[in-house]
This record gives sequence, structure tokens and C-alpha cells, in this order.
Amino acid sequence: MWTSDLTMMMLEGIRDTLLMTLMSTLFGYLFGLPMGIALAVTDKTGIRPNAVVYKVLDVIVNIVRSVPFLILLILVMPLTRAIVGKTTGSVATIVPLTLAAAPFIGRMIESSLKEVDHGVIEAAQSMGASNLTIIWKVLLVEARTSILVGVTIAIGTILGYSAMAGVVGGGGLGDIAMRYGYYRYETLIMIVSVVLLVLLVQVFQTLGMRLSVKVDRRKR
Amino acid sequence: MTGMIEVRNLCKTFVTSEANVEALHDISLSIQAGDIYGIIGMSGAGKSTLVRCLNFLERPTSGTVEIEGSDLGMLSEAQLREKRREIAMIFQHFNLLMQKNVIDNICFPLVIGGMKKRDARNRAEELLEIVGLTEKAKAYPAQLSGGQKQRVAIARALAANPKILLCDEATSALDPRTTQSILQLLKEINREYGITIVIITHEMSVVREICSHVAIIGEGHLVEQGRVFDIFSHPKTAEAKELILKGGGTERRTLEGHQKELMKGKCCIRIVFSVNSSFEPVIANMVLKFGQPINILKADTKNVEGIARGEMILSLPDDRDMQEDMKTYLTERGLAVEEVNGYVD
Repeated sequence: MWTSDLTMMMLEGIRDTLLMTLMSTLFGYLFGLPMGIALAVTDKTGIRPNAVVYKVLDVIVNIVRSVPFLILLILVMPLTRAIVGKTTGSVATIVPLTLAAAPFIGRMIESSLKEVDHGVIEAAQSMGASNLTIIWKVLLVEARTSILVGVTIAIGTILGYSAMAGVVGGGGLGDIAMRYGYYRYETLIMIVSVVLLVLLVQVFQTLGMRLSVKVDRRKR
Repeated sequence: MTGMIEVRNLCKTFVTSEANVEALHDISLSIQAGDIYGIIGMSGAGKSTLVRCLNFLERPTSGTVEIEGSDLGMLSEAQLREKRREIAMIFQHFNLLMQKNVIDNICFPLVIGGMKKRDARNRAEELLEIVGLTEKAKAYPAQLSGGQKQRVAIARALAANPKILLCDEATSALDPRTTQSILQLLKEINREYGITIVIITHEMSVVREICSHVAIIGEGHLVEQGRVFDIFSHPKTAEAKELILKGGGTERRTLEGHQKELMKGKCCIRIVFSVNSSFEPVIANMVLKFGQPINILKADTKNVEGIARGEMILSLPDDRDMQEDMKTYLTERGLAVEEVNGYVD
């Protein structure tokens, strides 16, 4: 009953899931990283406190994060159509995934940067470093382990979201699980898809954690 | 003469939601080029805030700070950053970049100053030699001891050829022996490169060891300042007396319970021997002259401004007139004499 067509479909599913997840993570950081930096810098304990900027970003992040992903997916369909030209398939799903991931990534970046010892920042200031230099050469460098742990968490979360997009024809393994497993009661295909999703998360988690430990110079 | 660092009427108030906290009140200081200047006080006295005002990490609420005649408050952000390159700083907890190795840490101020990587590296290697850590160039801060970390921090501070080095409790996290070696290094740096050093500490021993001048800060006020030897032999204020008598730090020797018991109701004096007074057996002669025994409660030698000074606490006979005569006798022989009764309860 398991045909080579099915294997092919599963491989395509993996490919689409990877495409959605990795592209959305990439775009998510493209927007989330500056957002997180801005949050960390403008907070009252930051290097350039600005209550207005902080509050505005804070509210935006909270609003987007409190909308359930499935609702967000449907809400932004007009935007998705405007950018990609359609609302189904894995490429189209990158739009809502990015939108959902960016604020979440911003929060993680904010918390990673806030972990950096204030004394080190003060030392850089005492050397005459500008705020931009402090962001690039102190904050992002000192927080890199924590940021990489964040990337690992982000990939896992986005992978989960991407599967959810299967409900509205999002493509990838989630889509396969929905169409075959749920609508057609093909339990085997459902199980295989889910197992593959679990394995993907495991792989990213393990790789991410290994990498973050490897780049950490605080031990040994 | 205007100094390297001129602080005039400096006040700093922290505004919090509950209350306004006045951390510094009307501080004026003049620190000459080439000095090793100590700023001492109990914790919470405001000395860390004061040192941060010297490079404007904290902006004073009022008053001015001039470095070589330029008023920091008048500088633009960019000019202030430029000025800070001349005012290096080291910290109690070293504040090294934990994700960068020793050599990159030392290169850091040079790289942000726009120096080419290769030149910065050469300069960093020179500095590692000065602080005696050449073999640790590739190590990460987490692999170093406290003393080694502070040496790296000193090398990093010296990298951009500063004129001033601010030390914020730089030895407070170190053990006595390491403290000694770091103080010696600072002294060497001061002598070799003529860098003006400002040392913030709560330990009198640190000030005695290497400082030429000292300012005593108590509850945000400047209570006493002057040459270390003068304050050590003739402390005028209660804060100064307390800091000197309690010794503080590595040579902490407070009077023990039984000594306090002995001194109760007795007239006690503290005397400090200067260099010339050590030729004559003063105490022995005094005992012979007055025919009265003297109780020596404490005798010590302390390193003040790099010179050994004798310090004694004596309990005098009960006869008031004789006490006065004895004090006069000691003063005439060039000893610094002071009553210490207030500190024996």
C-alpha cells in the first residue's frame, strides 16, 4: 500500500516544510533582529532609553503575538496575495509565517541582549565606543550563545506553525497530514508526516544547541 | 596651578519614583598630572558615582569636571567619546568581553578607535608584555584567574595611550597577594608612563600603599583631602580617624575585646613616627624621664606613600598633668600625637 509516489510526496513535503521554515526564519530575523535591538536599546535600562519608541514597539509586538497563528494566517491573506500572487502553497505561507515569527524573534533578541553584563557595556562606553559600536561589537557578540539558542527555538516554533498552515492549504508535511490523514482517514500517512515533523524538530534542536555551545567561550 | 582633573562644586542627584537621592554634594577636587590620587570612603559613600562623573559615564546634576582644561559638560557626544579615549577605566569585576580572547580584548579600544587590525595586534602584544601575560594571548577570560583578568583589563585600558587611568575598586575582588601585585603594576605604570591614576577604594591599605594624595568621601560629602602622609598622621575628621584606625583591607587589625577593656577610662594616644624620629628611643626615654610605666596597646609599621611609618597606640598614666607633659614631650620630638579615646567604646 506504500507506493513510490507516496515516498516522493513525503520527500516533497519535507522539502516544502524546510523551505517554509528556513525562509520564514530568515525573513523573521530580518525584521525581528532590528526590532529586538531597538527594544533592548530603548528600554529604560538600555544604552539609549526612549520610552515612546519602546512602548510603541512593545505594543505592536504584544498585539501580533496575541493573535492566534491560524487567525493571523487568514487575516493577512490580502497581503499574502499582494506579495506572492496567491494564498495557498508553501511560498505563500512564508508571508504569514514571517509576520508571526518577527515579533516573537524580536522578544527573544531583546531578552538575549539584556543578559549582557552591564559592566561590559560600561567598559566599552568608557573607551569611547559609540552606541552603534556597542550594539555590533559588544551586545551581539557577547549575547551570541543566547541568540543562537533563540534561533533554535525560533526554528522549532516556526516549523510547528508551518504545519498548522496545512489547514488552509499551506503546503509541506502539515498539509499532507491534513489532506491525507485528516480528511481521507489515511492514518499511516498522518503518522509518517508527524514522525517526520518530530524528526525535523529534533535535528534542528540538536544542531542548534551544539552550535551554541561550540561558539561559547565562557567555559573550558 | 590647574590640575589634570578639576572638579568644581559637583553635585549628583538620582531621581527615582520614591525619592530624590543626593549621591554627591558640592565636591571640589584638583588632581595634578602624574599623581596617584585615592578616593576613599565606606560603601555607599558615593565614590563610585564620583569616579563615573570624571569621564561622564554619569552626568553631574550640577558643577563642572574639567580634564586638561576642557569642560566635559560643554563637549558634544562625539567630542566626549573622543575625550574618553584619554581617560581609561578599570573595574572591580574586570568587565572583559567574555566571548573574545585576551589579545582581542586588548585590541578592542584600538579597533573602535579606527586602528588597523595588524597595528592593533602589535600594540596589544607590547601591552601583554608590560602586564606579564604574553603566554595567555589566546586564552579566554573564563580561563584566567582574577589577578590575570585585571592585568588584561589594565593592558586594555593602556592600549589607547590614555593620560588618566580611573580604577573603580580595582583590587576589591582580589586576594591580598594579588592586590599587592596589581598595586605594584599600577605604580610602575604611573612611574614609567606618567599616567595620572585615580583610585577608588574602601581600603585604607590601598591608599597608604600607593597614593600620594587622598580625598575622603562620606555620605556624598568631601570630608577631608590632602597628602596621604598628612592625613595618616593628623586625621582631622571623624571619618578619617575611623578609616585610619580601622585600617581596613589586607592589614585589618582592630582592637580586640580585651584591649578595649584595658583602655576603658584610660587616656590613650596614637603616635606616628616619621623618618627622623626613629633614631632616638623616644618611648624608653620618656619612661625614664617621667618615671612612669607606659602601656603599649598596639604597635605597627605601615607602608605610607611607599615609606614605612611606625604607628603606636599608648595608654598613659591617669595623672592629667603628666598626660599633658608626655604629649608635649612626644610632640617636641617630632611625633604626630593624637588622642583616640573616642574609638574605644
